[in-house]
Amino acid sequence: MAEYQNIFTAVQARGPLEMGAHSTDMEYRAGKPFLSWLVGKIGYAQFGPIHLGYMGVLTIVSFTLWLNIIGLNMLASVGWDPIEFIRQLFWLSLEPPNAKYGLSLFIPLNEGGWYMIASFFFLIGLISFWIRVYQRALALGMGTHVAWGIAAGFWLILVLGLFRPIAMGSWAEMVPYGIFPHLDWTTAFSLKYGNLFYNPFHALSITFLYGSALLFAMHGGTILAVGHLGGEREIDQIVDRGTATERAALFWRWTMGFNASMESIHRWAWWFAVLTPITGGIGILLTGTVVDNWYLWAVEHSYAPTYPQVYDPIAVDPAAMGGN
Amino acid sequence: MALLSFERKYRVRGGTLIGGDLFDFWVGPLYVGFFGVTTIFFSIVGVGLILWGAAIGHDGVQTWNPWTINIAPPDISYGLAFAPLRDGGIWQLVTFCAIGAFVSWALREVEICRKLGMGYHVPVAFGVAIFAYVTLVVIRPFLLGAWGYGFPYGIFSHLDWVSNVGYQYLHFHYNPAHMIAVSFFFVTAIALGFHGSLVLSAVNPQKGEAVKQAEHEDTFFRDFIGYSVGTLGIHRVGLILALNAGFWSAVCIVISGPLWTKSWPEWWNWWLDLPIWPANF
Repeated sequence: MAEYQNIFTAVQARGPLEMGAHSTDMEYRAGKPFLSWLVGKIGYAQFGPIHLGYMGVLTIVSFTLWLNIIGLNMLASVGWDPIEFIRQLFWLSLEPPNAKYGLSLFIPLNEGGWYMIASFFFLIGLISFWIRVYQRALALGMGTHVAWGIAAGFWLILVLGLFRPIAMGSWAEMVPYGIFPHLDWTTAFSLKYGNLFYNPFHALSITFLYGSALLFAMHGGTILAVGHLGGEREIDQIVDRGTATERAALFWRWTMGFNASMESIHRWAWWFAVLTPITGGIGILLTGTVVDNWYLWAVEHSYAPTYPQVYDPIAVDPAAMGGN
Repeated sequence: MALLSFERKYRVRGGTLIGGDLFDFWVGPLYVGFFGVTTIFFSIVGVGLILWGAAIGHDGVQTWNPWTINIAPPDISYGLAFAPLRDGGIWQLVTFCAIGAFVSWALREVEICRKLGMGYHVPVAFGVAIFAYVTLVVIRPFLLGAWGYGFPYGIFSHLDWVSNVGYQYLHFHYNPAHMIAVSFFFVTAIALGFHGSLVLSAVNPQKGEAVKQAEHEDTFFRDFIGYSVGTLGIHRVGLILALNAGFWSAVCIVISGPLWTKSWPEWWNWWLDLPIWPANF
């Protein structure tokens, strides 16, 4: 029984290392492939080769500059003390410009200038990263679904760091770089705009995020459960259905009265994943630009619950007093 | 009968855990079994109790607005005792019915797995979700000594609970298990997006191209990031990521209160106070 549960690869076949399928620009495929026995217990043992090309190099250079500008600014903030840098790493921050600079592009380096330079390289990195993924699909004659999925994620990143700051008229709206600082920003954002849980698009985004975890557990579990029938050969099963697909489909049909096909489950997967940042980005873009207080907006639209009065009022909620 | 073209040969008897052949039948596309009967029982009773609770309201607050219906747990003063129905007792019974229905559903999945000769991955995975729910409404309230620590059943009232409990610990994002859980959720969604789009991009290739096979999927990902986990591996990775998201969510809430009562930002002081830093010599 246990050997059919497909948790680990029992026998790792070792043949010649694969250099990959033909593509129109194979000359940029670099690196000598190697094997890892440990990784082979879960997935393929082979690492490499990788395709670099102009866009790959530009991506690496841009993201490296972004990360190093942040790191060096943090190091400067602890007086160039490497031990304090490690000690305080999670607390350290590179903050966006002060609100007084608005959307100006000429900001003193120590007052957000470095932050803007880092962000510029981050933007170049994102663009070159996307072009590279798009080109990889074309070079292999494949669909561009991966690139468009990534574009959905970039929508959320660009709303946070570009579109909403422009709409609000200040680079100060951008998210600080740092582990705890970006979490502080998130909580402050929710408090400032009256509890983001009342933002319907935030609710949708969380639904798709949890839904993605649910779908991947369902899909991953189903395919592993029919792994002894070759269920992981999904493309073969899509073009020529076998007993693995039939059982996988019937499992869900008998369980919940509905089943996807071997192809359509991947469309469900794609939509759940991309709708997470698409709806989330809409929610962020509307916050502060269109809606100032999501709780009061919920009261106005009759979806904020009313609770029994248990204690005497401690203070009057300033937000409920009206006026400007 | 809603039978798929290939379905008849799979509809064989046997594989039940309990009840023998007695409940071994289908209704439309749905398999019944003993646990189908118990699922229906707990679902009807539980949903009926929620509707009744909505009808009578609580402490003078009554609504049929689906966004704001709220079935609240008992007051903390009831401890771990039974509360009067109108005072949180409905919440206690709904919780009992929910657990009964979830566990029945998982065991029904086990029976279906046995019928179809499949592994038990899906019911085991669902078990992790049930564990997370039980952690919220049974384990943590039990450790804290009152059912009142469970979350209320309502679309926006449960969000208020999440918000309020979070701020009780000042800033819940600093909870290390919450950090891990959120990271797993994000990575799961990203991995699901990659997997879905990779398969779609192989079977829906550029105009005039033949459908691609796993060799192209592997080449795409090796070109892209230097590694392809493979067709079997991605389903292991996806399942592991998704289950970790649920598991660490349960951990992050069960340690809040039973293990740590102060603010979560304060918890990190142990790192700053380690004796290895020269400043602390």
